[in-house]
Order: sequence, then C-alpha cells, then structure tokens
Amino acid sequence: MNELEKATSPVLEVQDLQIAFSMYRRGLRKTNLRVISSLSLSVRQGEILAVVGSSGSGKSLLAHAILGILPPNASTAGSIRYNGEELTPALQRKYRGTEIALIPQSVDYLDPLMRVGAQVMGTRGSREQQRAAFDRYGLERRAARLFPFQLSGGMARRVLVSTAVLSPPKLIVADEPTPGLGIEMAMETLRHFREIADTGAGVLLITHDIDLALGIADRIAVFYAGTTVEIAPAADFKTGAEALRHPYSRAFIDALPQNAFRPIPGTQPYAGALPSGCLFADRCPLRSDACGGEIELRAVRGGEVRCVHAS
Amino acid sequence: MTKAGGAKKILGIFGRMLLLLVLVSVLSFVLITKAPIDPLTAYVGTESTLSQEAKDEIAEKWGLNESLPVRYFTWVKNMLHGDFGMSITYKKPVIDVIHERLAYSAVLMALAWVFSGILGYALGILSGMRRGKLFDKVVKTFCLVLQSAPSFWLGLLILSVFAVQLGWFPIGMAMPPGKLAAEVTLSDRLHHLILPVFTLTIVSIGKITLYTRQKLIEIASSDYILFARARGENTRQLISRHMLRNTALPAVTTQFLSFSELFGGMALAETVFSYPGIGTATTAAALNGDVPLLLGITLISALFVFSGNLIANILYGVVDPRLREGGGYV
Repeated sequence: MNELEKATSPVLEVQDLQIAFSMYRRGLRKTNLRVISSLSLSVRQGEILAVVGSSGSGKSLLAHAILGILPPNASTAGSIRYNGEELTPALQRKYRGTEIALIPQSVDYLDPLMRVGAQVMGTRGSREQQRAAFDRYGLERRAARLFPFQLSGGMARRVLVSTAVLSPPKLIVADEPTPGLGIEMAMETLRHFREIADTGAGVLLITHDIDLALGIADRIAVFYAGTTVEIAPAADFKTGAEALRHPYSRAFIDALPQNAFRPIPGTQPYAGALPSGCLFADRCPLRSDACGGEIELRAVRGGEVRCVHAS
Repeated sequence: MTKAGGAKKILGIFGRMLLLLVLVSVLSFVLITKAPIDPLTAYVGTESTLSQEAKDEIAEKWGLNESLPVRYFTWVKNMLHGDFGMSITYKKPVIDVIHERLAYSAVLMALAWVFSGILGYALGILSGMRRGKLFDKVVKTFCLVLQSAPSFWLGLLILSVFAVQLGWFPIGMAMPPGKLAAEVTLSDRLHHLILPVFTLTIVSIGKITLYTRQKLIEIASSDYILFARARGENTRQLISRHMLRNTALPAVTTQFLSFSELFGGMALAETVFSYPGIGTATTAAALNGDVPLLLGITLISALFVFSGNLIANILYGVVDPRLREGGGYV
C-alpha cells in the first residue's frame, strides 16, 4: 500500500447493515422488528463524515452497532469493517475505549457519583493521559476532582471530548455531540473534531443539526427510515438542492430556514410498517413504477444515491 | 452547607422529633384512656375484696378523678423526671422493664437487620444481573411470597419445622428453662437466638432484595453504563466501578427507613418464640391492661422509627455528593 492509498483508505466501512430487535407482541408471539434495513457508508482517515436524518432514522443505532453496545435483544446483519478487518464482537471489545471512541451527547453519560478525573481515566487510561487530555482542552487540574453535576456546560463538553483522546483514537463516533448548545460552544466542539480528524483519525459525526455539519464535515450521509439515501461531498449540500441526487436530501435542504423553508408533506414510515421498494416513494414527486423494486446504492456524480431516477 | 445553616438544620430536626413525641404521647394517652380498661381494676384484679372506700382512696391518690389534660400533664411531668410509672404485669418500674427487655430485642433486631441487609443486597444485585433468568425468577417469587405472607405464620412454620419436627433448635425463650442465670452460656443464648433472628431476617429480606434488584436494572440500562461499556469496561468493572456505588446508598437508606417494619416484625417473631423482649412485653401489657408499660413502649418505638428516618436523611446528605457539595463550580 503506498502512502496515497493509505491516506485515503477507509477506517470504517459499513455495508448493508441491518439491525432488528426481537420483541414480544400481543402476548407471547415473538417478532423481529427490523429498524435498520440497509445502511452503508465509509469513513476515511482524516475525514469527517456527518450523518444527518430525522430522529428515528437509525443514526444512534449505527453508533451503538459500531461499538458493539446494542441491547441484547438486537441482532445485526451486513458488515462493519474497521481498517479492512471485519469488526467482530471480540475486536470491538479490544478497540473500544482505545482506538475507537464514542463521544456522547451530554453529561448524563457520566456516572453521577464518580469524580470526573477517574471517569476520564476509565479502565484503559492513566492519570498522565487524563491530565494531558485536560491540558489539551484547557481544563484546570482541579476539575478532575469534580462530580459531573458540578460541571458547567462548556466544561462538560470538553470533559466528554477528552474521554476520547487519552490514547490517540483512530475512529471517533460522536453521537449528537452538540444538542442544545449555543452556536459558539457547538463550533468549539466541532473544531475539536476537526483537530482530531487532522491528526489522521476518521470522525463519524451523527447530528441533526445540518448547518453545523455543513461547516465542518467533508462528506455528508443522509439517512431515511433506516437506509442511507445519499452520500455526497459537503460542498454539494452547500451549493443547494440542485447539486444533490436524492429527492429526500433535496427536500431536506429545501426545508432549511435559510433556503426555501419549505417542508414536504407526510412522515417517515415507522419500523415494522415499511413499504416494499423505495421507502420514500409515497412522499416523492418523482415516483414511478420503477420505484417498487429493490433499489441499490449506486455512484452518481462523485456521490452515492439510492434512487432510480438520479442522474 | 454553611455552619449556621447546619446548626439550623439540626435544630429543626430536634424540633420535629420533639413534636412527633408530643403528638404520639397525646394520641396514645387519649386512646388508652378511652379504651375499656380501668387502670384500678387492672391493678387490683377483678376478684379483689378491696372495699369501695379503699378503691376510691387509691383512685384519688392516683389522680384518676382529675380531668384528662391534668392527668396527661402529670404523666408527662413524671416522665421528665424519669418516672414512667409501675408496670402492673411485671411489678417493676416501667423504665426497668423496658431497659431489661430492650437489650434482648436490640440484639435480635440488630442481627436480623444486618443479615437481611447484606443478604438482601447481595441477592438483589445477583438477581438483577440475571434479569429474566431462572435464578432471578426464583428470587423474585421467593421475595414476593415472603412479602405477602404474614410474619407470625412464617414464624410458626419455621418453629414447627426446625424446632418441633427436626428438633435442631429450642422452641422458645432466650435461654434453657430450669438453668440458673449464672450457668447460662453464650452458646445457650445464641442457640435460642437463631430461630427468631432467622425468622425476622426472612421477614425483612424481601423488601431490600426487590428494591436493590429494581435499582440495579434501572442503572444497568442507564446512559452512563452504556458509555462506560463503550469505553471498554467489562461487566466486572461495570459492577465494581459503577453499579455497586450507585445502588449502595439507596439500599442502605431503604434499610434504615424500614425500621418500623423491623419493629413490627420483631414483636410478632418474639411472640411466636416467647422471646423475652419488647415484643412479648407489648403483648403482655396489652392483655393485662398495663397502661404505663404500653405507653412507655409506644414512646420508645416512635423514637426508634424516627431515628431510622433521621439516619437515612443524614446519610443522604453526607454520602451523596450531589447533596454534600451542592452548587456549581463556577
């Protein structure tokens, strides 16, 4: 592998990932509820891939599947590869907390009764690494002695980011890391991600704040009802709807206040009540008979799209 | 918490305790004077040949003809001087009876409290970790049955199995009958303690087990456990670093808050095993119309339950950092 290939080789490749939950319905009948039907994406070294989509589109489950922390009643199919290797449960256990790091939403993800320093250190880090991470994000030494509830909003953010950088991470999965944050604090957090990516790590940024994603991400993947409908360079999203490939991503962009501010009618179908063929068909202006079949993700104009009409 | 704030808090707590004792004493005093017990008849016996004049004289001397408030205040005044009256049943000052019997009951309750706490907590953690598995189902059913079964019935069951049928333990009392007090050994006492302690432990264990189990399940599905797992902690580390820490405080608090159940269970267990503690004294006092003893025991039990609640409150303030170090950093 030469240097150029190495620089752009994917850290993470998710292909046709499916996630289903087994649950009891009406008494003792056990059914499998498929909540993610076909997710595909890849994250390269040094790249930030933003994943956007409304709630219920499967964004957080993807994060949990990568880290191997889905609940016991979940089952998965498809493949998740990490640096070319199939990410088995054993490898997930090996890498999580060192090479693969999750950055959670809020301070609720910290043990309320444990001091922050000890938590950042975790079971796989040292006191020195924790101090270095705190220094890196401008946290005072004595902040390590605080309990999570004593952190201010900004400190909490920096503490959560510092949990990911004890040993240099290769893949960061950030699950909604900027909810309810002021614009400045959100930008600061995203700048931290950019820095981490610039050291060669891949960053998977899960968010529903597309504005922020646009400003920082290299590519953007759009999820709809548990499928990837489009993956495109962030520049295409900035250009506007006409540069995009899938009618849902166009509608998504058009619905933003600074654009047409125009919502489309209808709602995302619920898991368990998914139509066959294209999941977006019943809300789509381009719908035709061709939309009823199985639709694959295919390359179009430097991006990927799951739509028969895209060109 | 500032120093002045702390002092104010402590004063408030003592104020509440005082108020509670006053209310309990008034209520029980009124209840017992309205009950169909004539203290005089209870004292001299129904077969007494005492003349009516003599009876009137005693009633006059005891102040039975005074109004209710006057009688109440006389009683309170005497109590404040350490005089709780004479127990008719035991022909001894009430304070001595309580003092003597409390020692027996305290040992019984303390042992059962500690055993049910430790065992219940451990069972709760184990069954919470195996949620839905056979072990969990067995523990849950066992606890629910124990919680719904009347404790005297459980006591009788234990008594008939272990003392009567198997003959492993004595059927009652705190020491072998017919032995001089000086000859009673520690092992004699322990031997007599085992069944009552066992019964009271079994009776108290259900609540703490179910509570700990519930708490563990709640914490196991919390975001911070999820995140700790995502950071590479294995199950053993999750339990030792987070779950024990987060379940211990609520469990200890629950255990202190269950002082009232403990006291009630103790009274029944003692009665079943004729164990000479406060519980049997209460039954005897009630059957004999022993007013001073009943009132004394009522006050003691109120004080006991109040202390349990008080300790639970203080523990939360001392141990939980969210209360101890309240307020932000900036």
